[in-house]
Amino acid sequence: MISLDDALGIHPTMLQFRTERTSVLASNIANVDTPNYKAKDVTFNAVMSEIGGISSTQIQTDTLYRIPVQRSRDGNTVELQSEQARFAQNSMEYHQSLQFLKSKVSGLKRAIEGQ
Amino acid sequence: MSFTGIYETSGSAMTAQTIRLNTISSNLANADSVASNPNDVYKPLKPVFSAAFNSLSAAQKDQGLVPVKIADVVELNGLAQTRYEPNNPLANDQGYVFHTGINVVNEMADMMSSTRSFEANVEVLSNVKAMQQSLMRIWEI
Repeated sequence: MISLDDALGIHPTMLQFRTERTSVLASNIANVDTPNYKAKDVTFNAVMSEIGGISSTQIQTDTLYRIPVQRSRDGNTVELQSEQARFAQNSMEYHQSLQFLKSKVSGLKRAIEGQ
Repeated sequence: MSFTGIYETSGSAMTAQTIRLNTISSNLANADSVASNPNDVYKPLKPVFSAAFNSLSAAQKDQGLVPVKIADVVELNGLAQTRYEPNNPLANDQGYVFHTGINVVNEMADMMSSTRSFEANVEVLSNVKAMQQSLMRIWEI
C-alpha cells in the first residue's frame, strides 16, 4: 500500500513549518511598536526516526524568545530590519519547498496519466 | 495551519498605526491652538499599544499569532506653556495665553516611524498573498 504522504516526502511538513514561521515573524513585525512585546521565533530540528525498518525524517519545532542585539527602553525586543530580513528569507524558503512539492506532484501526475 | 490569522494580525497592526497617525494629525493640526486658561488648552493625544494576548483563540496561540490592540488613547498633561501676549483676543486678565506645547518636530518624526511600521505590515501582507497564490497553483503544471 503506497500512501500519498510517503509519495510527497518531507515537503508538506516543511511547508507547514514555513507557514508557522511566517505567522510568528508576521506577529513580530505587527508588534514592532508595542511596549514590552518580546519577539519570538521558531526553532528547527530535524529528527531522524526509524520505525518498523522505514526511516523517516520528522521536524521538531519549538517557539522561543529571541535575544535582541540591543535592548530598548520600552522593553520591546523586535528589531524591524532583521525581522524583515528573516521574513524575506522564510518567504523564499517557502517558495523553494513549494517548488519541490510541485515537482513531486507533477511526477505523480505524469505517472497517473501515463505519458 | 493556515494563513488566515496573519491577515488578522497584520490588519490589527495597520489599524493601530492608522489610529496613531490620526492622533498625530490631531496634534499637528492643533499645534498652534491657544486658550485663556490651562485647563481648556488642547492636550496632545498619544495612543498606547498593547499585545492582545488575552483575546487570543486557542488556534491563534498554537500559531504564535499576537495581534496588536490600542489599549487607550491618553491625553498628555503638563505640557501647556504660558506666554505673555496682552494683544491676543484670548488673553486672560493678566495678559497671558496658554499654548499647547506640542513639539512639531517630534510629531513629524513619530509620523515617519508610524508610516514605516505601516509599510512593513503592507509588505508582509503582499508576501503572504504571493505565498498563498502559489500554493493555489500547485496542481498546475
